[in-house]
Amino acid sequence: MGVFNMPSLGADMEAAKLVEWLVAPGDKVNRGDIIAAVETQKGVIEIECFEEGTVQELTAELGTELPVGAPLAVILAQGETPPTPPEVSEIAPIAPAASKPSPAPAPVPFVAEKASISNVVRASPAARVLARERGIDLAGLSGSFPGGGIVLADLEAAPSQEIPRKTVPATSPMDEMRKAIAAAMTRSKQTIPHFYLSESIDVQPAMDWLSDRNEGRPPTERILLGALFVRAAVRAAQKVPTMNGHFIDSAFRPAKQVNAGVAVALRGGGLIAPALMDAGSMNLEQTMAAMRDLVSRARAGRLRGSEMTEGTITISSLGDIGAEAMTGVIFPPQVALVGLGAPHVRPWVVRDNVVPRGVVTLTMSADHRVSDGRQVARFITEFETLIAAPETL
Amino acid sequence: MKPDAIRTAFLEELVKVAPDIDPDTVGDSDHIQDDLELDSMDVLNLVTALHVRLGVDIPEPDYPQIATVSLAVPYLESKLG
Repeated sequence: MGVFNMPSLGADMEAAKLVEWLVAPGDKVNRGDIIAAVETQKGVIEIECFEEGTVQELTAELGTELPVGAPLAVILAQGETPPTPPEVSEIAPIAPAASKPSPAPAPVPFVAEKASISNVVRASPAARVLARERGIDLAGLSGSFPGGGIVLADLEAAPSQEIPRKTVPATSPMDEMRKAIAAAMTRSKQTIPHFYLSESIDVQPAMDWLSDRNEGRPPTERILLGALFVRAAVRAAQKVPTMNGHFIDSAFRPAKQVNAGVAVALRGGGLIAPALMDAGSMNLEQTMAAMRDLVSRARAGRLRGSEMTEGTITISSLGDIGAEAMTGVIFPPQVALVGLGAPHVRPWVVRDNVVPRGVVTLTMSADHRVSDGRQVARFITEFETLIAAPETL
Repeated sequence: MKPDAIRTAFLEELVKVAPDIDPDTVGDSDHIQDDLELDSMDVLNLVTALHVRLGVDIPEPDYPQIATVSLAVPYLESKLG
């Protein structure tokens, strides 16, 4: 494998700060193992290894802001010889403090506790913003969020330290997130020829089935309408492969599995769409459990790199209150986005009678380089058929 | 359980579910979804947390009863009583 570089963690990421190593030289790593954690505009993200091998050297320094592609470590496959010293100077680190040449592997300052996350500061995005504004060192605080994450309330208790700032940041981290979203969405609108198809769908059967199913169950076992929508979209994506995959290097690459990106709105602003990996292999209960886990990690600021980059289709739902329709922007390199409005009670014709029904408007945004209206219509029909028979999801 | 203790428990669980909310700024009539921006997953997590902490089962049709602090306190009190 050789040099392990800073991966891109999404179309809107240019750089990230290395905040934690989870391996040490000499460690054997397998595909999917977490190598390090980096801090991005969207919280701390764990980055994974894509091949197996042995960690030879950690070349990047903790605390350094590194651009995508910057070398992080040398990881050798079995029998592989160490490469010539990595040319670190090719990609200069962004932070001036780190502009000195990467030193020979410094003695690792801590015994890496594998798979432990105790060395990194876990904090919600809003807590990070406030800490930066007030010059509070998060490392000195203990968090009250389950798992030890630092939240706003923990900062309220902390004395505001007057840490002299070297430079007054021109923009706040929240502005940075806004800018990152703007850059990704501008790129999407400039490069993807979007087109849209909409359908209003009677979801009363799904709502009725769900309230019957949830009745009498403890809250931990209840399922949300949103999980039914994700499940129906995943099954529809399996049937219509031109909606599921990536457009890279002028070609569409359909994905073998469905990694369902789920848009999560962050309080205080911003949006993140981590993926439920291989959602096609999950049943409804597993989909709900995975969504719960994903939303809670998005809030606490601890997602994995693969979840940030390997989504193959995005489902964006406005939840149970709000506007009736949404026309979304595709998250590149994906080629489709399922936008679902909030359910509204509408007069609906059922067997020649007008009756009040819960209706949801689905709006599909698709990439005209990859598909046409016919395929999108097929996706919508599949979705509609599935959601009409919720017991089969 | 006294209303004050129920109020404290409700606010503490609310802030655990939505760590970006400052409990001091939550008004008695703030709606947890419209004003405090909880989504349906957050509401379910709040219901789960209240179930664990107070032993109160809040069925789905009763979710509107905990939509604000001033609604939730008497509702939970009646369930506890």
